[in-house]
Amino acid sequence: MQLSLEAKRRRTKRIIKDQMSAYAFLSPYLIIFSVFFIFPFFYGLVISFFDWNLFYPDETKFIGFDNYQRIWFESGGIYYRYFWSGLKNTLIFVVFSVPFLVLIPLILAALIDNEPKGYKIFRTILFMPTVLSISSVILIWKWQFYTNGGFINSVLLKLGLNEIPFLVSQPWAWISIIAVTIWWTMGTNMVILGAGLKNIDKTLYEAAAIDGASYIQTFKYITMPSLAPQMLIVMITTVLASFGVYGQPDLLTNGGPDFSTTVLMMRIRPLAFGTNANPGIATAMAVSMGMIMIVVSIIQARIIKRRGDA
Amino acid sequence: MAIRSVQNKRKTISFIALLLISILWLMPLVWGLATSFKTPQDISSNPTSLFPELWTLEHYQGLFSRPDTPVMRWMLNSFIIAGSYTVLYLIIVSFAAYAFSILKFKYRDQLFWIILSTTMIPTVINLVPLITMTIDLGWFGSWLSLIIPGLGGVFGMFLLRQFFLGIPYELVESAKIDGLNNFGIFVKIVMPLSKSAFLVAALFAFMGNWNDYLWPLIQFSGVDASMWTLPVGLSKIAGTYNYDYGLTMAAAILAIVPVVIVYALLQDKIIEGVARTGIK
Repeated sequence: MQLSLEAKRRRTKRIIKDQMSAYAFLSPYLIIFSVFFIFPFFYGLVISFFDWNLFYPDETKFIGFDNYQRIWFESGGIYYRYFWSGLKNTLIFVVFSVPFLVLIPLILAALIDNEPKGYKIFRTILFMPTVLSISSVILIWKWQFYTNGGFINSVLLKLGLNEIPFLVSQPWAWISIIAVTIWWTMGTNMVILGAGLKNIDKTLYEAAAIDGASYIQTFKYITMPSLAPQMLIVMITTVLASFGVYGQPDLLTNGGPDFSTTVLMMRIRPLAFGTNANPGIATAMAVSMGMIMIVVSIIQARIIKRRGDA
Repeated sequence: MAIRSVQNKRKTISFIALLLISILWLMPLVWGLATSFKTPQDISSNPTSLFPELWTLEHYQGLFSRPDTPVMRWMLNSFIIAGSYTVLYLIIVSFAAYAFSILKFKYRDQLFWIILSTTMIPTVINLVPLITMTIDLGWFGSWLSLIIPGLGGVFGMFLLRQFFLGIPYELVESAKIDGLNNFGIFVKIVMPLSKSAFLVAALFAFMGNWNDYLWPLIQFSGVDASMWTLPVGLSKIAGTYNYDYGLTMAAAILAIVPVVIVYALLQDKIIEGVARTGIK
C-alpha cells in the first residue's frame, strides 16, 4: 500500500502520541515499583557491605564482606550463632511444614473434586482461616494449647490422659506451630490444586477405569502429570512462605522453649531496627536467606518440570 | 453400573471425610466464640463446654472500657489504612494494566515480563532498606509507611492485565473511531467490562494490607497505641492478657467477625481469584 507523505507523517505522529499516553498511564506504577521494590533490593545489597548506623549516618563505613564473614564463618561470635541457629530453626520449619501444607490440601482438593453433597460449603469453611490475620489466629489458638485450662488439655484430662505442655516443650512447640500454620494457610493451596483437578479431562479417568487401573495408578499416571503446573506454583510459593515464617513462632511460642523455635526472621527483625540494631548484619542475613530461597526455588522448578515432562 | 456405584461410594466417603474435617476446622472458632460469652468461673470450671451456663457480655464491656485495648479504634485505623491503600492501589495498577494490555508501545511485553519476574526476588532483602527509606522520608511510624510502599504490588496488576487482554479489541477500535481518547476508552469501555476483576483485585489488596503484621509491628514500635492497626494491637493483647481467656477471646471474635462476614458475602469471588493464580 502506498502512503502519501502526509499520511505517513500523521501515522508516525499518532504512534508517538500513543506511546506518550501509554507511558503516562504506566508512570505512577513504574515510579512506585522502582522506588519501593527495585531500589530497596540494590540498596539492601549495598547496606550489607557497610557497618551501617541508622541514626548517625556519619558513623557508617564500608567494610566489604565483613558482615558476611561474621555471620557465616566467625564461630564464637554472637551473629554467627544467631544466623546459624535461626537458619537451622527455619529449615526445621520448612522441612516439617511443607509436606503437610502440600499433601493435606491435595487430599482435601481431591475429596472436593468428587463433588459430594455440599462440597462448596466445605470448601468455603476450609478456606476461611486464610482470610484471618495472624494475630487473631494466634489469639484463638494460643490457649487451645495452654496447660492451665486450655481446650485441648482440658479434653485430654477429661479422657483421663496426661496434660501436654504444648508451647513450652519440644517437639510439641513445633507441632503446635505447624498445626496452626496448616489450619491457617492450607486453604490457598487447596483452592489452587482444586482448580487444577477440575481442569483435568474426566474422560481420561473413565478410560483408565475401563482399563482396570487402580485409584493409585490413576492418580500417579493421570492426576499428577496433569497437575504439574499447579504443583509448581504451590511448591514454590509454599516453600518461600515457610522460609519467611515469623508471626506464628513470634506470637505462639515467643521463639521458645530455649530459642528452639526462634527462626531466622526473628533474628533479623531486632537487628533491622531497635536498640540492638545492626542493619548491615541484618541485611547480610536477609541476602543470605534470599539467595538460599532463590536456589531452592530453581531446584524445585527443575525437578517438577522434569517430572511433568516424563 | 459398576462405575456409577464406585462413584457413589466415593462421593459418600468424600462427604463424611469433609464433614469431619470441616467440624474440626470450625472448632477453635466456635469454641472461642462460646468462651467469649462465658463468665470467668464458667471458663475455668467448664473449659470444654460449647454453651455458656450464663451468657455474659462482661469481656466485651471490659475490652471497651480498658484504655489500653481500644479494639474499635484499631479496627477503624486498619479500615482507613487498608481502604486508602486499596483505592490508590486500584487506580495505579489498573492504569498500568491498561497500558500493558490495550495500549501499544515499544518493548511493552518485555517490560511486563521483567516486572513479573521480579516477584522471584525474596522481599526479605527489602526490609532494612525500606526501614531506612521511611526514616529518611520522615514517614517512619506514620500511616504513610503502611500505604505507599505496597502500591507497587504485582499481583493485582497481573490479574487486571490478564483480564483486560480478554476484552475484544474491536470494542476499543470502534470507540477510537467514535473519537474517544485513551482515558475515555479506559473509563467508558474497559472499566465497566472489568468490574469483577476489579473486585477480586480490591479484595486481595484489602486483605493483604489489613492482615499485614511484621511491617506495621516495626513501624509502630515507638508509636502511641491509638495509632496502631488491629493485628499489632491484638498481638499486644495476646502478650499482655495471656491468661485472661474471656478477654482475649472477645478481642479475637471482634476482630474476626467483620472479616468472616465479608468473606461469607464474597467467598465465590475470593476463591475464584485464588484459583485463577494457579492457571495461566
